[in-house]
Amino acid sequence: MQRKTFIKGLIAAGALATLPLTAAAQDPIIIGEINHYKRMAAFAEPYKMGMELAIEETNAAGGVMGRPLEFIFRDDQGEPGEAVKIAEELMTRDGAVMLTGTILSNVGLAISSFAGEKGYVYLASEPLADSLVWAAGNPYTFRLRSSTFMQAAMLAEAAAKTNATRFATIAPNYAYGKDAVAAFKENLLKLKPEAEFVAEQWPALFKIDAGAEVQALERAKPDAIYNVTFGPDLAKFVRDGTDRGLFDGRDVYGLLSGEPEYLDPLGDEAPEGWTVTGFPWYDLEGGPDGEFVKTYQARYDDYPRLGSIVGYMTVQSIVAALEKAGSTETEAIRAAFEGLEVDSAMGPIVFREIDNQSTMGAYVGTTALQDGKGVMVDWEYKDGANYLPSDEEVRALRPAQ
Amino acid sequence: MEFFVAQILTGLANASSLFLVACGLSLIFGVTRIVNFAHGSLYMLGAYIGLTLMEALPGHFGFWGSILLAGIAVGLIGVVIEMLVLRPVYRAPELFQLVATFGVILVIQDLALLIWGPEDQLGPRAPGLRGVFRIMGEPIPKYDIVLLIITPFIALALWWMMTRTRLGVLVRAATQDREMVGALGVNQAWLFTGVFALGSALAGLGGALQLPKGGADLLMDFTILTPVFVVVVIGGMGSLPGAYLAAIIISVLNVFGVTYIPQSTLVLMFIVMIVVLMIRPYGLFGREEVAGEHGQVGEPEEPIKPASAKVRAIVAAGLAMLALLPLYGGNFALVLTTDILIFCLFAASLHFLLGLGGMVSFGHAAYYGGGAYVAALLVTWTETPMELAFLLAPLGAGLIAIVVGWVCLRLTGVYFAMLTLAFAQLLWSLVWQWQEVTGGDDGQVNIWPADWLNDNTVYFYFALIFSVGGILTLRHLAHSPFGYALRAARDSKRQAEATGIDTRRVQLLAFTFAGFMGGLAGALFVFSKGSVFPNELEIVRSFDALIVVFLGGVKTLAGGVVGAGFFKGVEDVLTRFEYWRLVMGLLIIFVVVVAPEGIVGSLRRAWRRFGPGHSQADTATEERRT
Amino acid sequence: MSVILETRGLTKNFGGLVAVDDVSFALQKGELLALIGPNGAGKSTCFNMLMGQLPPTSGEVYLDGDRITGLGPRQIWRLGVGRTFQITATYASMTVVENVQMALLSHNGEIFRVLPFAHRMYRDQALALLDMVGMAAQADRHCAVLAYGDLKRMELAIALAHEPKLLLMDEPTAGMAPRERVALMELTARIVAEQGVSVLFTEHDMDVVFGHAHRIMVLNRGALIAEGNAAEIRANPLVQEVYLGGGTVFGGAETTDA
Ligand SMILES: Nc1ncnc2c1ncn2[C@@H]1O[C@H](COP(=O)(O)OP(=O)(O)OP(=O)(O)O)[C@@H](O)[C@H]1O
Ligand SMILES: [Mg+2]
Repeated sequence: MQRKTFIKGLIAAGALATLPLTAAAQDPIIIGEINHYKRMAAFAEPYKMGMELAIEETNAAGGVMGRPLEFIFRDDQGEPGEAVKIAEELMTRDGAVMLTGTILSNVGLAISSFAGEKGYVYLASEPLADSLVWAAGNPYTFRLRSSTFMQAAMLAEAAAKTNATRFATIAPNYAYGKDAVAAFKENLLKLKPEAEFVAEQWPALFKIDAGAEVQALERAKPDAIYNVTFGPDLAKFVRDGTDRGLFDGRDVYGLLSGEPEYLDPLGDEAPEGWTVTGFPWYDLEGGPDGEFVKTYQARYDDYPRLGSIVGYMTVQSIVAALEKAGSTETEAIRAAFEGLEVDSAMGPIVFREIDNQSTMGAYVGTTALQDGKGVMVDWEYKDGANYLPSDEEVRALRPAQ
Repeated sequence: MEFFVAQILTGLANASSLFLVACGLSLIFGVTRIVNFAHGSLYMLGAYIGLTLMEALPGHFGFWGSILLAGIAVGLIGVVIEMLVLRPVYRAPELFQLVATFGVILVIQDLALLIWGPEDQLGPRAPGLRGVFRIMGEPIPKYDIVLLIITPFIALALWWMMTRTRLGVLVRAATQDREMVGALGVNQAWLFTGVFALGSALAGLGGALQLPKGGADLLMDFTILTPVFVVVVIGGMGSLPGAYLAAIIISVLNVFGVTYIPQSTLVLMFIVMIVVLMIRPYGLFGREEVAGEHGQVGEPEEPIKPASAKVRAIVAAGLAMLALLPLYGGNFALVLTTDILIFCLFAASLHFLLGLGGMVSFGHAAYYGGGAYVAALLVTWTETPMELAFLLAPLGAGLIAIVVGWVCLRLTGVYFAMLTLAFAQLLWSLVWQWQEVTGGDDGQVNIWPADWLNDNTVYFYFALIFSVGGILTLRHLAHSPFGYALRAARDSKRQAEATGIDTRRVQLLAFTFAGFMGGLAGALFVFSKGSVFPNELEIVRSFDALIVVFLGGVKTLAGGVVGAGFFKGVEDVLTRFEYWRLVMGLLIIFVVVVAPEGIVGSLRRAWRRFGPGHSQADTATEERRT
Repeated sequence: MSVILETRGLTKNFGGLVAVDDVSFALQKGELLALIGPNGAGKSTCFNMLMGQLPPTSGEVYLDGDRITGLGPRQIWRLGVGRTFQITATYASMTVVENVQMALLSHNGEIFRVLPFAHRMYRDQALALLDMVGMAAQADRHCAVLAYGDLKRMELAIALAHEPKLLLMDEPTAGMAPRERVALMELTARIVAEQGVSVLFTEHDMDVVFGHAHRIMVLNRGALIAEGNAAEIRANPLVQEVYLGGGTVFGGAETTDA
């Protein structure tokens, strides 16, 4: 066994020595992907499937710059410290040319800080934290998905169009929840200065005491409710709120609540009439997103989640950047990402030069029940470019480089 | 008024599952003295099994039958766990079993993922109980009303069982005095199995009963664990009425907290716990814990001696090898080794407390994460130079430790452990919630070392010097008069006090110093990663250290470091595989079962038996038996 | 002769139980005083109050004329009182000599030092103490493997470490073979004679008591019922009743009352 690998190694070394050029040409381009495959399996799996689909397509079409594209997927257990260690390994031992991945914002921020310091390119695919590209932004970190701020702004726009003035919010008691509420408030008050916030509820993440929260919200008698809870918290909140009639006659805005990841587990108890951001894959026809849904279903015998299309677009963005760079050197890739235009599965997007945020948008619609399942109807794709703060504001937010 | 009543009803309904799970844990602890960390996993299994059964069995009968069956199924799983995992280690040192239960958590996490898939499952509605009853005009879900009616009946049934049946008599006897059960002519092993099964069944029942209020997901094992521990501790470990009362207190208070101080959701529970323990150190209905009264101390520790010249030479050679790593290891080897060194220091600091001091802290992450945060906050807010922040971090952690230790040292044993946990959670909540200052969950980023250190090789040496220096300091302390006084306080407080040793002061100093060293590890960590997040203060981090100390061998000097090095290395390899948690869990259980004295302890024993000069050692063990 | 230890109306209640009831006595310098009584009479409780392990419900304790009531064991030890326990209290993880060194370290105020190796400190002094109690040969054994009688002797060495003026010994010979008992009491008597230490001890073995004690006090159900020299105690009808008529257990004593 030992000997065999040794001999193999010798042969390989010999081959390398004699045929350096061909060997290099066939070497795959390696991308390091770090995610919480165990901790957040329900989200990471569809995301990975989306990526793999795009990788297969890329390689079938001849790869990038004539070289096959290869991703190394690594599990970080949802631990920022672990993720940084893995990032180091991917870049220095495994020969990755850049990093991507993560769902959790804190892990994304840790990798971003590391990438900024060491000078590695990092494309944050899914983490939502605003600070990733603003307060804690750096030239090496780019973000694909529309951020908390952008999605909250989309919902605030919808809320501003109604007569509601008394708003209540419920959000998990941590950074994402707080950012989401702050962004909603900021955008809503800009559009509707008379709006007033009559209650703010902050359940502990995944430990919601739904009955109590619903009672507290009900007591404030709001016209409208802005929900940021998700996962098991959302299920409990919806169930208790529906039972106790909290949503009757009230507008409800749900951040991310329309994503299949969150809506589907609710089954026939999915709330009706909420205005949400999400991913109505069932309605997508024609257009690049419709195409994506079709190939995905053909490939996997499963339907795509939001994560799937984000994963797919992540690979698309990386391929576009590599091709634009024409090289696998970090500086070239970094420069390529700046202002990079990608014909993505959600249509054309741009990685803005000003803050490295892509203009990927989101689907905003109303929830309804169809065949015992929650879906989004009357939805519209909102281009992310229209929901970002002004350039001056962004410049003020980003640390001086 | 109506609102008030409605809130109390909501609180009572919430208390239901909490009580069932908590009283299962309490029972198990009362009789077997096992702190069962896997109790949350049993609760999760109850939910998943209940869900599966409900899908198969329709109607009223199907629904309620499923709940019962889920309880029974989890009870049977409990039997398996008890017989395979716990029974072999009852004789191990106190609290060692919790390591085994930690392995069980990992195994169940992966098995549940395998069997039920990653997606959250919404629990089915109870047939005929959709919608609300109006009570004084306030809507209360029907199922809530059912829950709050049946819970007292379950509690009564348990109470009846404890007071009127033979099993109950045995359980109470065992809770009070283990030896007595032997005297009653009962097979202790089967009593333990029975109680573990009953406790597990209650957890399973709790998991299944809450289905209509929520569902099943893969995170619920840890989610329930903290509140359950809080309830058990507040009620008094081993007390059923205590668990019932505490479940109600916590649930009702929580409902009011949600209404009047919505931001309190994270901390309220722990504040209540700290207050209760300050007033009643053994919970509402608990009995004083006398260390070792339950035959759980195992063999006394062996005398220690400074390492022999030979061992020193070996260690020095090992260190030299380590110091030369940059010559033969790649960049990643440096990074990985830095991680391991830092973790070794963290584990060694806990080991100092646990091994020499006999103080089991469940919240040691408070000082590790605390140190990391002190450094990070100094850098972020006051632009303190890295070198200074690095030196101030352990001082900050020590300061936290002195406060926490001062309060906690009023208690001993499991209550001490739980109180340290409560403080760690309090600190975690503070960091998590005080976003303006700490960055909350988004943490502190861009905390990089000074330029001269900002290179993996240089930082490796930096970490090497401080980690090894810290570990050697801790080790030397063990041989110093202070270390001896610490052991004296652990071995016999009575004698120590009667010979002029201020045991409380000695222990507080040790606690502080352990915190200081934990903080040093934290400071090394934050500058190696460039960022810190509340994860570093979480229970899981405390458990990490606890587990490796036990697995390495509490009753040895090198245990913490060896355990930490071994497991950090194994973890780095295993996490590359898909079902690594399963493998890691099994590995932990395996080590626990074959090496109940930990890796170092068991190696030492094997060396004695089979190594050179074993005949002498044999006589020594002979003597100990007599 | 002057009084070294004196109690006045010392009383301890445990809930409804009066474990020690209005006990007053005085111990002279250089005296070997025995406190005897059936099981549960309150002897250990009395010791615990003298040494500060338990606060008395009422009453006072004086050492060398100074009131020491309410002081903790640490302070009382520093005032020159040593004690041994009925159930030995030893540092099970240490060797025999280290157990004694521990007391010496404490006596010399060095327990907070972190630099030197403890096992080298005061070793000779500790060995000398062990030699005095006949334990020198076992000095480097792990104390957890010792026979109970040896532990008792080791405890005595610990108690002597700070050259106490007063020694409180709670059943010093329990668990020893008869010959060992005599030897230990002879040793104690010698220490009293040579070093002028005063000793208060409790003991169930009447041979030991009558053979060595200068004076004997009898405690029954918390109260002192008799006091005197061996002959007087032997002749005392109350004592005879307690020991012979009533059996030696508390419960038994109760029935004689009825
Ligand atoms: N901490 C305590 N709480 C309650 N009762 C106690 C306590 N300590 C001792 N007692 C009771 O006080 C009485 C006196 O006990 P003590 O130990 O002083 O007796 P003793 O004379 O030393 O007996 P023995 O010869 O068996 O050692 C006994 O009835 C005992 O049960
Ligand atoms: Mg006694």
